[in-house]
Amino acid sequence: MFPVAKETALWLAPLFGLAFGWLLERGRVLDYNVIVNQLRLRDFTVLKVMLTAVVVGGIGVFVLVQMGEARWHLRDANMGGVVLGGLLFGVGMAIYGYCPGTGLAAAATGRTHALVGVLGMIAGAIAYAYAFEWLRGTVLAWWNLGRVTLADITGQPLWVLYAVLAVVALGVFAAIERWEAGRRTAG
Amino acid sequence: MSGLALRQALPAASPREEAAAGRWNPYLIGAGIGVLSWLVFVIVAAPIGITTAGAQVAGGIAALFVGQEAVSANAYWARNPMRLDYGTLFLIGTAAGAFLSALARGSLRVEHVPTVWAERFGPSVARRFAWAFIGGAIIMFASRLANGCTSGNGISQSLQMAVVGWTFFATMFASGVATAWLMFRGR
Repeated sequence: MFPVAKETALWLAPLFGLAFGWLLERGRVLDYNVIVNQLRLRDFTVLKVMLTAVVVGGIGVFVLVQMGEARWHLRDANMGGVVLGGLLFGVGMAIYGYCPGTGLAAAATGRTHALVGVLGMIAGAIAYAYAFEWLRGTVLAWWNLGRVTLADITGQPLWVLYAVLAVVALGVFAAIERWEAGRRTAG
Repeated sequence: MSGLALRQALPAASPREEAAAGRWNPYLIGAGIGVLSWLVFVIVAAPIGITTAGAQVAGGIAALFVGQEAVSANAYWARNPMRLDYGTLFLIGTAAGAFLSALARGSLRVEHVPTVWAERFGPSVARRFAWAFIGGAIIMFASRLANGCTSGNGISQSLQMAVVGWTFFATMFASGVATAWLMFRGR
């Protein structure tokens, strides 16, 4: 199903990765302080980056799918796994100060503690592989909704959801900017 | 809290100061990741993600210790074997991109203990390394449980309005904020 030959995709992978890593580094999100201060609700850089990526990426991909230039790549909403995984992930992210992508990229910029976290990630993956057999019969078997979207849940067409998302995101960004301007003058 | 610590905790400097330091506006970074998502959806049909490939690499590393036969016999690694595919090459690119960006703007530097961590938990390198390892292990285990991390679920699934993406986004953020509050209570 590759729009370009698999060999070409292979050749493009490091280039796309390069762009991703470059953007993360320029965006200050490889700084432990920036990520942890996001979780402490003192610095909203991470939310600005992620939400903008979702809005811009989402609207573009939606249009591209309508044009027949791309197709969806939805994953199962395996609610047991994703809720437990998401809750556990937040704990780990607060402790480590990174998510997997930013941790890997931060390690490449000389942050030795981020590199130690990458070694931890390898250990975590090995632990998961050994726990997989058990998880498959328990947590991963609970409440799998399949490849559902918010459109399936709400009954609204996708374009309405993207419009709502864009408006909500703009409102959130306006509130953050106002709050930051207030802090700058107060500080 | 010292004057230095207070400045650290305040939001980012003015946009002009940011640009002078070779950093980009977070909205621009987010838009860049969004546009990168358009490209990967259309050209290689492989959304941005980190941990699926990360777990494959972990399988390759585990094979060094327990042997390839033991790894191949594992139910998880049998499905996700170590190979130099699109995902693993993307990881290499991400690390290289962060390295090159830091090199280009002169921000490559060794950091054992980040400042916000040191203010709360002291300057001990061993302590920071130990918790970075534990935190890294947790996020990787959690990412596999949720079938994706901040990139693969939080961005690539959320931008498709997938229930799995938004559930992950909300749960990891809520749990991250709660954990950071417990860790930094009273600061």
